[in-house]
Amino acid sequence: MAPPRLFKTEAIVLRQRRLGEADRFLTIYTPALGKLDVKARGVRKTTSRMAGHLQPLTRCMLQLVQGHGSDVITGCETLESFQRLREDLDRLSLALYAAELIDRITVERAGGYATYRLLLDTLRRLEHAPDADMALRCFEMRLMDESGFRPQLDACVNCGSQLQPDQNFFAPQAGGAVCRACVPGLAGPRALSLNALKVLRLLQRGSYNDIARVNMGPHLAGEVEGHLRSYIVCVLERDVRAAAFIERLRRERPSRPVEV
Amino acid sequence: MNETTPSTAAPLVRLIDEFHKLPGIGPKSAQRLAYYLLRMPPLEAQALAAAILEVKEKVGLCSVCQNVTEVEPCRVCSDERRDRSVVCVVEEPLDILALERAHAYPGLYHVLHGAISPMDGVGPEDLKVSELLQRLRSGEVREIVLATNPNLEGEATAMYLTRLLKPLGVKVTRLARGLPMGGDLEYADDVTLARALEGRQEM
Repeated sequence: MAPPRLFKTEAIVLRQRRLGEADRFLTIYTPALGKLDVKARGVRKTTSRMAGHLQPLTRCMLQLVQGHGSDVITGCETLESFQRLREDLDRLSLALYAAELIDRITVERAGGYATYRLLLDTLRRLEHAPDADMALRCFEMRLMDESGFRPQLDACVNCGSQLQPDQNFFAPQAGGAVCRACVPGLAGPRALSLNALKVLRLLQRGSYNDIARVNMGPHLAGEVEGHLRSYIVCVLERDVRAAAFIERLRRERPSRPVEV
Repeated sequence: MNETTPSTAAPLVRLIDEFHKLPGIGPKSAQRLAYYLLRMPPLEAQALAAAILEVKEKVGLCSVCQNVTEVEPCRVCSDERRDRSVVCVVEEPLDILALERAHAYPGLYHVLHGAISPMDGVGPEDLKVSELLQRLRSGEVREIVLATNPNLEGEATAMYLTRLLKPLGVKVTRLARGLPMGGDLEYADDVTLARALEGRQEM
């Protein structure tokens, strides 16, 4: 059945690009249709009634009409604007990273409710969680799961033997953890400490409440982040641009105490 | 690249291709413009060509405020009547035109030439941020007015600059955000309304 010409959907705005004189092209993520590219007309004029409702990282209710190429927004209303996220540059940079990651890993009109729910939960967590970085790690791991790139963390991806409770290695190109014996002959394996392996497993299987209780020191947090990042870069075959900004903010704020 | 047939004269095809590269010009518009130029009096065509060349030759960035200018430093920066203790930071040169039209700002400007947009890979290093810090060294500037656009990128840029400038002891202010003239309360988003309430003023 052909979809109706005019339809309503909830959506989270991922990003926007300028288009023509006063329009914008938005990439949105919807619960039922997945990722969509839609046009918003006239939203760069100061008198636009829609502009404020369509900023990236806003959850809104949209009314769309099918256009020739892409759908056009004819009405919108904010449902959730994640105000605290917008007022904290560090949290904002993490949220932008999450939005970019979803945009890069999904294809248009594919994906669905699970990923939408994950994004929405993550934005709420990034807004309020004491350890926003951990919320982002959880998002990264779950998104890999949702998109079919779940890394193997139980047995060695190369030989299939059970991983020993010892130092192992993480090989993004092989698709997960590898045992010490399999390291020669693999591309780019990096040392994976036992604690990092435990955290990665927890991220993969634990509930968010359990994950949020974990208190990692900066060293371990850095190791877990590094492994996940290398895995994502390997899956995407490119870097996530927003990561550079997160790192820059961190570099420029070295004196601030580590948040617990 | 364009839809012209092989029978079209080669120089004309080249002109159409050049027009096609411009923003907002599709293949049909490019053809229309090229044929219009073809029928133009030679003098007018020469004036257009000369204007394009002159812009490229003579217009550059002001070493002080980074605005586009044909004199160095630009007319605003060299104007003795302007308040040199206030610098208004904007994203694009066109924003200065808009602010000047309002006739309400007496100080100087600084053009960033963009806004931080992590998802597009635009970071502080791609903007004229170090030039702004350089300007503050003289100690003449007492207030920085952040006039980046009130959207996500502009807000991120403003927050980043605040973080950078505050420790230097300079007063950092942000343009008020609220309801636009000709706007409609009913359609205002909650962020704008909250800001408008925060910034309400006694009548």
